[in-house]
Amino acid sequence: MDYISILQIFDSAVRLATPLLLACLAGLFSERAGIFDIGLEGKILVSAMFAAAVSTMTGTVWLGLLAGLLGSLVFSLIHGLASITFRGNQLISGVALNFLASGITVLISESWFGLGGRTPGLSGAERFLPIELPLAESLSGLPVLGPLYKELISGHTLLVYVALLMVPVSWFVLYRTRFGLRLRAVGENPAAVDTAGISVVRLRYASMVIAGLLCGLAGVYLSTGLGAGFGKEMSAGRGYIALAALIFAKWRPWYALGATMLFGLLEAIANRYQNIDLGGFIVPVQFMQALPYILTVIILAGFVGKAIPPRAGGQPYVKER
Amino acid sequence: MEKMPKWADVALIPLINLAIAFVLSALVIWAIGEDPWKAVKLMVSGALGSTYGWGYTLYYATNFLFTGLAVAVAFQASLFNIGGEGQAVMGGLGVALVCLFIPFPHWSVALVFALAGGALFGAAWAFLPAYLQAKRGSHIVITTIMFNFIAASLLNYILVNLLRPQGSMDPASATFPESTHLPTFHDMLAPLGIAFSKSAPVNISLPIGLVLAVGVWFLLWRTRLGYEIRAFGKNQDASTYAGISTVRITIIAMMISGAISGMMSINNTMGESERLILNSAEGAGFIGIAVALMGRNHPFGVALAALLFGFLYQGGGELALWTKIPRELITVIQALVIMFTGALDNMVRDPIERAFIRRAKRKKQRQQEQGQQEAAG
Repeated sequence: MDYISILQIFDSAVRLATPLLLACLAGLFSERAGIFDIGLEGKILVSAMFAAAVSTMTGTVWLGLLAGLLGSLVFSLIHGLASITFRGNQLISGVALNFLASGITVLISESWFGLGGRTPGLSGAERFLPIELPLAESLSGLPVLGPLYKELISGHTLLVYVALLMVPVSWFVLYRTRFGLRLRAVGENPAAVDTAGISVVRLRYASMVIAGLLCGLAGVYLSTGLGAGFGKEMSAGRGYIALAALIFAKWRPWYALGATMLFGLLEAIANRYQNIDLGGFIVPVQFMQALPYILTVIILAGFVGKAIPPRAGGQPYVKER
Repeated sequence: MEKMPKWADVALIPLINLAIAFVLSALVIWAIGEDPWKAVKLMVSGALGSTYGWGYTLYYATNFLFTGLAVAVAFQASLFNIGGEGQAVMGGLGVALVCLFIPFPHWSVALVFALAGGALFGAAWAFLPAYLQAKRGSHIVITTIMFNFIAASLLNYILVNLLRPQGSMDPASATFPESTHLPTFHDMLAPLGIAFSKSAPVNISLPIGLVLAVGVWFLLWRTRLGYEIRAFGKNQDASTYAGISTVRITIIAMMISGAISGMMSINNTMGESERLILNSAEGAGFIGIAVALMGRNHPFGVALAALLFGFLYQGGGELALWTKIPRELITVIQALVIMFTGALDNMVRDPIERAFIRRAKRKKQRQQEQGQQEAAG
């Protein structure tokens, strides 16, 4: 395998990892505040559909972006309503929202476009297009670094760079601001936060809003950056892989980058090579597809470092009377 | 502490939840430009208007009965088994292996072995998540989700590389031999002189599922193990102090759940398709969640809810056939039912509970006043 094809695999890994990374960070904010979010998958799907639909109707991807974010936000707030205000079961709410997304996206896109649940293909200003970073062409002559810069670093869409930027931003917000400290505290011991006179409900809703927006970006990228239009069930389990990556990353932003890149790389390899021949032993493509899930189970089993979730995760907070 | 009457808890609140879910579904139909009333009429006539419709409604209901019971058993131990889909898929593999590789003289023998095969594979697929939850504290919801995906990939591999007959492009096994074909309602009812649609797939799996429902009820409410499962589900700490083993109950409850999911495959794989196909469970494992929630985790409630979802499934199929409403409407209804009977339950429960308590208090007060008056008079 030559240098360029390795670069191409990594390049495709970055593109495939982007929605995972955004959704993973969304889950990070939500679960750090003590709210399990199984509904990442559904939020990605809803946002992808609205982004593509509004893009194609208005002809500009920016309005699509707005619609996608809004769709995901609404879903996130429903999840907040069920799990914060009405103290319902967060897992059940997430499952319900995933089904709701999977049904309603087809219903709406079929009703608007009549294309069997697809939106029309997007092109030009209806999509986020690759950005050539400065000097990519002129530097490409340099040995090793030139192609690296041109193939791997340059030529992604805006949302890829935004996603990468979100990693240090999330880290900063969570670990270097008062808001972040409180958010993490509310996921560990909400009663203590409440005693300090800070509203648990408001903090948890704030985390829902952040999670909604980040997940929205993931969906927008999926249908207007990575793809060119919405198709039925196009999230294809990415929300669940992001959830897996979140556990893999032990609920930490930088680790989340590593975990999603790894899962992106696995997907890129599985896409490029159908069956991998390891000196006589053939690794089937189905194994590559299942690998993220298998790795997550192994991590969850605690054989490779223990993943300890936020302590108050999944429990509704009831104020003492 | 005052409580509301039991009938309100088991009947009134689920019905209100369901009503909200249906009203919202009607609004969705109206919003996409169709007439909800016409849709309902079409669903009723399509699902219940002929023995053909009934045949499909009951066939789907059978699937959901199995998966609903499976989810309910795990829920009773307060374990959320989202892995019913994967367990049903693996159960299908168990059923297929039995049907393909053992020569049977008669379908009834084949059925017994197929039930055992499906149960074994389903239970085995539930074992690891259960073990990891019990021993290593891995969250069962996440592991069962992961196992759904792993099951799908594994089955894909097995069908494409191992079970696919030579020369076939379809990722499916060979058709099962004639002697394993289960009798349908048409075959079963014809000797009694009742004409039932020949093409409807409902088969002997339905009565078996009903027997299973009674069995689950007996297990949960009439045996020591069932008592332990329910006690564990109500309060883990208390049951641990009472000497109930956390590891044992978690693993047993999940394996029973997986076994019931796996047994579903006698209906879809052995009874209907008569060969193993990709995605054979068609989401029934997930619908089991809605069915169990609506049925309040009680076999009787699960059976009713399964029938309702069977009706929705068949009626939704008819809608997709005759109107512009896509089949995915069922998924939306399913989601709304899960949402309102599961996650947003308190939204309805709290105000109703308060209303009942207020009424009880007022009644008491009035009685007291009356008593005082009588004493004074």
